[in-house]
Parts: sequence; structure tokens; C-alpha cells
Amino acid sequence: MMKRALTITSCFFGAVAISGCNPNASKGIEPKQYTDSLFAVMKADRTNYTKLIIKRLGPKGADAIKPNEHWDDMPNGAPLPAQMFRFGAEGVAEMTDDFTYSLQSLWPINKQNAPRTPVEKKGLQYVVDNPGQNFYGEEKLGDKTYFTAVYPDVAVAAPCMDCHNNHKDTPKSDFKMGDVMGGVVIRVPL
Amino acid sequence: MYLIGETTHGHHQIEMACNACHTSAFGGPEVIQSACIDCHGEELELAKDSHPKTKFSDPRNADRIDILDARYCVTCHKEHNEEIAGDMGLTLPEDYCFRCHEDIGEERETHKDLPFDSCASAGCHNYHDNLALYEDFLLKHADEPDFKHPAVTPARTKLATLAAVRNFAIMTSDQVHADVALDAIAGQEELVAQAHHDWSQSQHAHTGVNCLTCHAAEEGEAVEDDNNVTVLGLQTSNWVEKPSYEVCQKCHTDQVDGFLLGKHGMRLAHSLSPMKVSDAKIMMKTEAGHEELDCMSCHSAHRFDTVAAATDSCLTCHDSEHVNNYWGSPHGKLQQEVLAGVRATEEGVTCATCHMPRIEVSIGDSQIVMVNHNQNENLRPNEKMIRPVCMKCHSLEFSIDALADDELIESNFTGQPQQHIRSIDMALERDAKTNRTDKAY
Repeated sequence: MMKRALTITSCFFGAVAISGCNPNASKGIEPKQYTDSLFAVMKADRTNYTKLIIKRLGPKGADAIKPNEHWDDMPNGAPLPAQMFRFGAEGVAEMTDDFTYSLQSLWPINKQNAPRTPVEKKGLQYVVDNPGQNFYGEEKLGDKTYFTAVYPDVAVAAPCMDCHNNHKDTPKSDFKMGDVMGGVVIRVPL
Repeated sequence: MYLIGETTHGHHQIEMACNACHTSAFGGPEVIQSACIDCHGEELELAKDSHPKTKFSDPRNADRIDILDARYCVTCHKEHNEEIAGDMGLTLPEDYCFRCHEDIGEERETHKDLPFDSCASAGCHNYHDNLALYEDFLLKHADEPDFKHPAVTPARTKLATLAAVRNFAIMTSDQVHADVALDAIAGQEELVAQAHHDWSQSQHAHTGVNCLTCHAAEEGEAVEDDNNVTVLGLQTSNWVEKPSYEVCQKCHTDQVDGFLLGKHGMRLAHSLSPMKVSDAKIMMKTEAGHEELDCMSCHSAHRFDTVAAATDSCLTCHDSEHVNNYWGSPHGKLQQEVLAGVRATEEGVTCATCHMPRIEVSIGDSQIVMVNHNQNENLRPNEKMIRPVCMKCHSLEFSIDALADDELIESNFTGQPQQHIRSIDMALERDAKTNRTDKAY
């Protein structure tokens, strides 16, 4: 039931119909609108987690939780916002393969989060070079074609850049507020 | 029955229960994968599996999956290919790390020129369980002394605490009495008397677990015994001479669940006959070959001696160098001192201390200590023993080094590790070179 409830099935060439595969369904959502909407939810949730949980309950708030990369190996540890975002992506992957998303960067702390496909590389570079703009493209991975959207991930809070600038695995240590630090990549099979 | 190939050490016991893995005649790799996860999923979750399926299901890894489909356990752990199984009793390719981490030398000077097959074979990394091996953990536990003071295992939960948590009463010696007429088993009086004696010394006697609790599903007729105490008469129609593990499971649920997941009980879990010692693929004592494994094999009926179950029962059947060197080893000598009454129980090291360790579990608001009866969680690869077992008494560095030393393991840890794994050194060197802060928030 859970999977069915979340399923937004691709039925026509590139068009995505929320109502399932009814051939009479006339309304559909363009992939761009679909990924834009998903990104809006992701961004809002992540911002809320940062502000309402980490900031409020963390060391600079009530000091009740400890945001840490190794949160699950310490009492009162809490996932960092970027980790929370990844856990969301993993949770979605367990429920549906109708879309996937990931957080990537040209300067990743974990090298596995560097762009891998040509479209990812082009998209990540594009959002860095064109602040405020998104990137959309199509790519064939395996035997499937995907609509791939890349959204800029901007340093909106001091801890984001502090953590990345000071992490021993970071390849870049001069991020400033407002910099594009990476991108959210959302992929939909066509 | 024809098998397409000999099964591995991990599964040979249940090879006649085809549907344990082949749960459906139809379907693709997901069917087998689901069976793998049914038995091993919980352990992977507890180990915080470093490479869960979700890491690979993203289409961006399509090219990697073409080469090594890490979404499925059977890609690396092939069954019915016993001839290519490795030391750990399962198949494992040598280049699985290389496929994604081949450029590790570029970002870590210390990893340059390391052999491609050395990542997980040198005591540094583990594909699934890195709970004791991740870099910050190495740093946190660097520079600890080899031996902890005190070096102790968790104490068993006191009976009074357990009674409060599990909601049962404890009887005084005066209140203990058998609930069957002991002379009812004609011709077996001696046997019954011994059983009664053993039982009366056990915790069962003091917790109201009586003859019929285990031996009869239905209560017998009430009669008076020689002392005018009302007891239940024996009814042969519902008397079970040898109660099965399912009877134990009614009260000892967690313990039996662990037993059924482990090597001793997995046949029973799949509705097969009990594991016979002679069926084992590892060295076992010939004279124990006929023994069949259930709860009583180790705990012995009526007496339920947990001290004997933790060493003597193991040594009765197992026959490796490691096992046979136990009593002469530092661990075995500590246990001898416990048995001699000159050392606290928690300072002894038994077979179970390491392979079926005591673990703390939460029941409601209370914490109790129980024995993990699934030895798979503390066997292979041995790095997974570091945190739950070795570090109770030893430093992380000593533990890593000792577990990487095959000869030391064979001698049952008699002596010092003869090789040194540099993972903590590497972590310290790298940490010294970086200005890092983890106080961003």
C-alpha cells in the first residue's frame, strides 16, 4: 500500500500522470514540474530540520542533542542536515524506483558523492557557474532513459560551510555564505 | 536429492530445506535476496551495514552494477560453489573494493600502492561492519592500554531484578516442591530422584518452573504426596519425556530466537531434524558425533548449569587447535581461577564470553543482561567481535592486532600479537596534519 500510494507512474513519453496509467487521463505533469515540486518539498524539509530541530535543540539552542557525523554512535547524537537528506533518499529508494535523488558536489567530503555521469558533471558545473539557476537534461543509464534535474545547494547557514571548510576530507575550505556548495540531483525514468 | 553444487559452511546444514532460500519457483534475484535478508537482515542493520542495497540502487551506479551488482548478496556470496569458498566459509571476490575505490591512493597518501585485495584482509576495513574500524572511532580509542582495569564482562542480571522485570515470583527453599508424584514413574525411581535433585538446585525450582511446566502441556490430576503436600499426578497421556526447544522458548524467547538463527539451531528453525555434531564441516570430537543439538545439549536437562554451558559443553564437541588450547591460555587460566573461587565470575573468560557474549537489552524501562545465543554475530569476520567482545577487556589497537594474527588465534591468544595493523597510526598521522573542528553547530 505504501509503495502504491507513493507511485507516480510514467505512462507516456516523458509525461508523468499522477492518476496512474489510465489511457483516458488527460492531465499529466511534465518531468520538470515533477522534479521542481519534489525539490521544493526536499528543500523545505531540510530547512525545517536545520532550523526547527538542529538549531533549536543543538549546542547553540537547548543543547539537548549533538549534531554529529557519527550521531548514531553517541548518546543524544543527531544526524547532520545533509545526512538527514541522504537518509530520506535511501528511505525513498526502499519504497519506490519511480524517482531517485542524491546530494552531490564538485567538492565532496565523501568522494562517492562527486558527480559520476556526464549529465551530473555538466549539471553540477552549471549550477555553480550560474547561481540561482537549475539544470535539466536527459541521459541513458543502463537500458533506461532518465530526466535528470540538478538544483543548486547553497550555503545558507554558517554551520554548513564551517563543517565543510574544516572537515579533514574536504577538498575545498573557503566556502562562504551564499556559495553553491553542491547540488541536489533528481532523476526520473522516462 | 540432487544439489547443483555443494553448499557452503554457512548453509550446508539447511541444504535440504531448499525453500529456505528458494522461497518461490518464480521471480528473479529479488526472491533469493529477500530470503537472505529474512535471516541476515537484522544483523546487517545492527552492524549499520556500510554498503546497504540503497547505495547501489541509484541509476547513477548503473555502470558499476554492470560489473558488480552489489544490490544482491549472491553477487559476492555465491551458494552451491563450496569449492571456491574462502576462509570464512563463503565465497568472496578479491576485487570488490577496487571496483569503486580504485583511486583511494590519490586522496590518501597512506593508501598509495597498497595491494588491491588488502582493504578487508588486513584488519583495516570490512565491507559490512565497520563499527570498530571507522576513522573517528580509531582516533577516540588510540593510546589506550592493552588491558583495561577492571577487565570484566557485564554481570548477569540478579534473579530478583529479573523477577521484577519479567513478573514472576521467587520461592524460598521451603516453598520449593515438585508438582508431580515422584514415585509415579515406576522403574525409573533413580533417574527421577537425580532429576529431582538437579532441578531442586536450579533457578527453575525457585521460580515456580516445575516438572509439568516443561513436561506436560496439560496439568495432571491433583493428589497428595508422602508429605501430604498436594501435587499433580503423572498423566502419561500428556507427559512429554523430552521437551523440545519450543518449550524453553515460551519463557526464554530471546535466547531461543538467537539459537535458531545460529549454527546450532538453524536446522530446527527450518523444520529439519536437529543438527548432529558429526554433520559439522569443522573439526569436531569423534566421540561426540552422535550428539544432537538442542537447548539441553549444552545446558543439560534439570541442572541447567550455565557455567558448564559456557565452556565444558563447547569443549565436549569442538576440536580445533584454538579450542584445545583454551584451558592453557590466559583466558582459560582466568576461568580456572573463577572455578577455584579466587576470582569474580565476571573476570573469567569462557568460550561463551567471546562467541556468545552477554549483551544488555532493554525491556520496558529496565535493562537486563542476557546471552546472545546466535554465535554468527561474533564469529566471522572476527573484526565484528572487537566492540561487543574484545574491547570489554582490551584496547582497540590490541584487539585489532590480535584478531589479525592467525597463529595467536590458534594458540587461543597465548602470547602477544606478532604483527601490527597500522590503521590507528594512519588515523593519528592524518589527524595531526589537519586542522579540524567538529564543533560547527
